[in-house]
Order: sequence, then C-alpha cells, then structure tokens
Amino acid sequence: MNHSTPRTLSQKIRDTHLVTDTPGGAALVAIDRVFLHERTGASALKSMAAAGRKVRDPSRVFCVMDHIVDTRPGRGDQTLMPGGQDFITETRAAALAAGITLIDVNDPDQGITHVISTELGIVLPGMNLVAPDSHTCTQGAVGAAAWGIGSSEAEHAMATGVLRLEPARTMRVTFSGTLAPGVTAKDMALALIARHGAGGGAGHIVEFAGEAVRALDMEARMTLCNMATEFAAVTAIIAPDETTFAWLAGRRYAPAHFDDPYWRELHSDEGAVFDREIAIDAGAIAPMVTWGTSPEHAIAIDGVVPQGPPGAHAYIGLEPGQTLLGTPVDAAFIGSCTNARLSDLRRAAALLKGRQIAPSIRKALVVPGSSAIKRAAEAEGLDQVFTAAGFEWRESGCSLCFYAGGEGFPPGSRTISSTNRNFEGRQGPGIRTHIASPETVAASAIAGMIADPREIAA
Amino acid sequence: MTPFTVLASTAVPLLRDNIDTDTIIPSREMKTTGRTGLAAGLFAPWRYSDAAARVPDPSFALNQPQAHGAQILLGGANFGCGSSREHAVWALAEHGIRCVIAESFAPIFRGNCLRNGLLPLILPGDTIATLAWQPVVVDLAAQTVKAGDAVHGFAIEPEPKEMLLGGLDAIDLTLKALPAIDAWTQADRLARPWVYPEGPR
Ligand code: SF4
Repeated sequence: MNHSTPRTLSQKIRDTHLVTDTPGGAALVAIDRVFLHERTGASALKSMAAAGRKVRDPSRVFCVMDHIVDTRPGRGDQTLMPGGQDFITETRAAALAAGITLIDVNDPDQGITHVISTELGIVLPGMNLVAPDSHTCTQGAVGAAAWGIGSSEAEHAMATGVLRLEPARTMRVTFSGTLAPGVTAKDMALALIARHGAGGGAGHIVEFAGEAVRALDMEARMTLCNMATEFAAVTAIIAPDETTFAWLAGRRYAPAHFDDPYWRELHSDEGAVFDREIAIDAGAIAPMVTWGTSPEHAIAIDGVVPQGPPGAHAYIGLEPGQTLLGTPVDAAFIGSCTNARLSDLRRAAALLKGRQIAPSIRKALVVPGSSAIKRAAEAEGLDQVFTAAGFEWRESGCSLCFYAGGEGFPPGSRTISSTNRNFEGRQGPGIRTHIASPETVAASAIAGMIADPREIAA
Repeated sequence: MTPFTVLASTAVPLLRDNIDTDTIIPSREMKTTGRTGLAAGLFAPWRYSDAAARVPDPSFALNQPQAHGAQILLGGANFGCGSSREHAVWALAEHGIRCVIAESFAPIFRGNCLRNGLLPLILPGDTIATLAWQPVVVDLAAQTVKAGDAVHGFAIEPEPKEMLLGGLDAIDLTLKALPAIDAWTQADRLARPWVYPEGPR
C-alpha cells in the first residue's frame, strides 16, 4: 500500500487492521479486544453458544460486572433490581464456559468497563477494541479505535476476530487556547455538543486535537472522549503522546515501555485531510449545565434557558428565560464512566471539605469508577470528606447513572449529576437530570440549588 | 433472518429528533438476558399513561387504530441515539416494525437494525413529513419509497443491501474468509506481540 499520502490517525489504525476487502465495499477489519459487561454480555455469549459458535481467542475477551451489580457496601450477587441477580450469575456462567477473562463482582480489579479497560492497560494505543456499550468511545483517549456496537456485532467479533466495516468519515475538533480556572473536560464536551447538536458528529470518527486537548491529563481526556456518543460520533480518539505513554507504561496488560517506533507513528500526518473540521476556543468555555432532555441542551451555568422542544420544557419543568443558577435540586450524583476517576473525586472533595450538603438534598451518592479508584481515594481520606459532607460512599459500578428498576432517586427528584445522559427517565421515571462537572455537582449539593463552583472555590 | 424485499404498510409518525434507546425500551423493561418478551416494553414511557399497570395513552401514535399492524415507523434526526442496547431493535422487530425512516440514525442503532433484518432508511425531513399515516411501499432492490404518486429514492451501501435482501447471516459470511483471517493474525502476532496476552490470568 502506498502510504506517502498523509493519513489521519484513524485511517492508519484501519490500515493496520485491514484483513481483506469484501466485494460489497466493506472490509474485514481485525478486532484486538472485546469487552463485555453483565447487562449485555450474557445475551451475546448465550446466543453464541446456542448457535454452536466458540470465542475464537478467549485471551482477548474481557468481561466485568458493572451495570446491574449493587453498589451498597457488603454487596454480593444480590441486587435491588428485580431479576438483576440473573444477569450476574448468567454472565458469570457464560464467561467461565467461554474461557474469557472475567472480572467478577468482588474482584479487586472490578469497576466500570471504560474505567478499568484503560486502568489495566487492556486497551492500548493503536488497538481496535469493541464493546456492546455506547460509551466505549471513552477508551479512545489512549489513542485506540474503541467503539460501541450491539450484541450481534459483539458475537461477530468474538466468533470471527473481525468486523465487516464500511470506512467512516473523519472529523477533527481542535480546541485552541487554555481552559479558564474551574472549567473542565466535561464542559468542553458539553460546549461542543451544545454548539453542533446531539447529531453533529453523525457517521464520523472524531479526533480531538489542539493545545487545550494536549494540556489535559489522561483522566480528563477520557471524560472528553466519553461524550462522543452523545455527539452521535462513531467514536473519538486522541493521538497518544508522552502523557499517554507515561500513564500507561507498566499497567497490568500494557508494555513496560513504549520505545518501539511503532507507537510514535500513531498520530495524524501533517497535511492529512479530514472530512470535517471544527474549531473551538477553549478559553471562551464556561462551566456548562444541561437544562433539558438532550445533551445538546447545555448552556453556560450563568445563562438562561432558551426556547427548546416543548416536550423537553414540560419534562424538566423549566421555561424559556429562567436561570439555571438558583434552581433547587433534590439529589446529587458523582459517578459514571464520564466523571468518577480519582482526579474527579479529588476536585469534588476539595470543594466539599469542611462543608455540608444542603438539608433539602434527599439523596447524594459518590460512586467511584473502579474498585482501585475507591481504594486510592480512601487512602487519601476522600471517603471521609464525602461522608462528613453528607454524601453516601459506595462500591464501584454504574449505579444510578441509569435506572434499571431497582435503587432509584426519590420520586420527582431534580438531580445534579456528573453523568453523560439527561434523557427522560434515564435516572428513573420522572427524574429530571442536569448534567454537569463533578465540581458543579459538589457546589450545587452544598447550595441545594444549581450553583457555580467558581463562587465556592473563591 | 427473514429477507427484506418489498414492504407495504401504513407509516406511523414519531416526528421528533433524538429519540433515544432509553425511550424505545427503558432499561427497567429489559428484564431477562434473552432477546424476546420485549414488545410490551416498546416505547413504554410514551405508550402508557401508567407503564407499570400498562394503561395505554390513547394520544400516542402507536396506540392509534390506524397504527395496528403497521410495519413502518417515521422518525426525526439522530434516531436511536443513546445506549447501544440491541433490545431497542429487538423490541421494534417483535412489535412488527421492519423499517424505520428517519433523517439520520445513531451509528450503533443503525448497525443493530442491519443485523436484525430491519431497514434503517434515510430521507429528508420534509419528505418524511409527507409520509405520515400514508400507505407506503418500500422497495429495497429498487431503493425507492412510494406513497401515492410520489416516488423517493434512497441510498444504502451495497453490502448491507445484499445482506438484507438475502436475509444473510453476517457471521456465516465472514467465516468463509477464515483462512485469510488466520494468515493475517499469524503475521500480526509478530508485528504487534503486545496484542496477544499469554492467556487468561
Ligand atoms: S457509567 Fe453510565 S454511561 Fe457509563 S457504562 Fe455505566 S451506565 Fe453506561
């Protein structure tokens, strides 16, 4: 193949994985890793077994319990979700039968798929990783092509080692400048989606670039990539650099060093052409909060609610022209694959230290993204800060990022949440979700209403 | 899989943008690890005034008498966004829907449709609006949508078209290329040894 033409990073990764073209215009593209969880994993493994198909290379398939598993202390297989235990026991049985690597409920490595995949170095720069979960895009932060698929595609990848793929279009989103104090990767993601729409990235692999992206630490890069699916993108990717290599080196499944010249080629070439380019001045971004029922309904925290779809206003109970600041909240959630890493917990704890959440807050949870993060946070005493402030401190998992029918927020709650989706009913029937950064969640929990973290920090 | 050739049905309009898979089938309606028993939970938040008691909301499009037995659903932009849950497509299929016509689709949802014999068809928004409650004929081989005298063409890549027309199973098709996959993997083991762990811990 002639590689003298400048290529984007995602094109390079596709070329590396190209097994063969198909007559229909797609290609068979090798998949290096498949990651399953108990919400969709048992379905895929059971349906494969029923069809008499085997996992081709079990050593490259991983499975964790994160979605249904309880997060209350002392947990086992029991969950509050009716029938939830079956997902856990059936996934365990199917994973053991298939011979894949299972990270079980109380395994020290347990955590949310997209948090532990990077933490353990299961995903590495230049790899293709798929998982039957839309937030697999998070893992693109290490410079991998990692994307969400459905259960049938997961079966395909496990049974054959490849997927049949049409080439995706490419988009580069360049964040120039420097983030203002108190503004985070979460605000970058929300600002992008607010400006270009929840369908704005449709059909594209988005590469995040620019000095404001380079300046982000690895955990913040994961937060930024996490919400690519809320932008309808196929996935997101950030070219690996010294920050990436230093962060990954020596992790359980990662090489001890990244000296091989291969790793240094993992970037878009000078002059590579993207199908679309978007430029954003990072310095102009304010802390963002959503007012409605789509992630595109995000505004600067001190802005006013614009005119949106009538259904969104009706569900959320806010009219055009109202301010978000001062809107009373009943519940607060710090967790999810977006914002439950150690740095997120540290920033929230810094605001909560020596303070109390408002008495009007009826439920406040902190759910670490992984068991390792939980242990690290406890070693620093962060759990004490959270519990002293009035938050519950939980075992790791997806928890109330989504509502599975078990534990929920008090009926009718307005929730300030560090998660990624504010869809109707996402956190429970009738629950109204406002998505924000962990520091905005912490500040709002203290105030009992949506509050600007920059005011508290001052 | 049932081949998709020509489909004639009333087109039921749900003309909103960003219809997400949490709405198509809420997580709490996914009660087992199976792929069936999902139709009753389809659009539960909109279809029922009381979802737990299954009290239908008569104003919801799919509850209208004309929607009975309809196989075509109309949507807006970014249809099927959100969670990757294939249950959204399984629930639609179990309800009898075989084609969703929308301005655009979320990528995972679109892939899930194609793997389950359901046609995700893209048309401009103003064209879609004219199809609401009309008898519509979708011809996949000809790549046309007909309603009355109007004929609208649509685009689809050759491979998904062939798979839908033939009701083909993608895994069976791919397994025919196993020798090529094996050869590629052997070479890759040398080129990128870090991809291949020693085995499960
Ligand atoms: S934390 Fe939320 S968004 Fe992330 S994988 Fe779990 S349920 Fe999905």
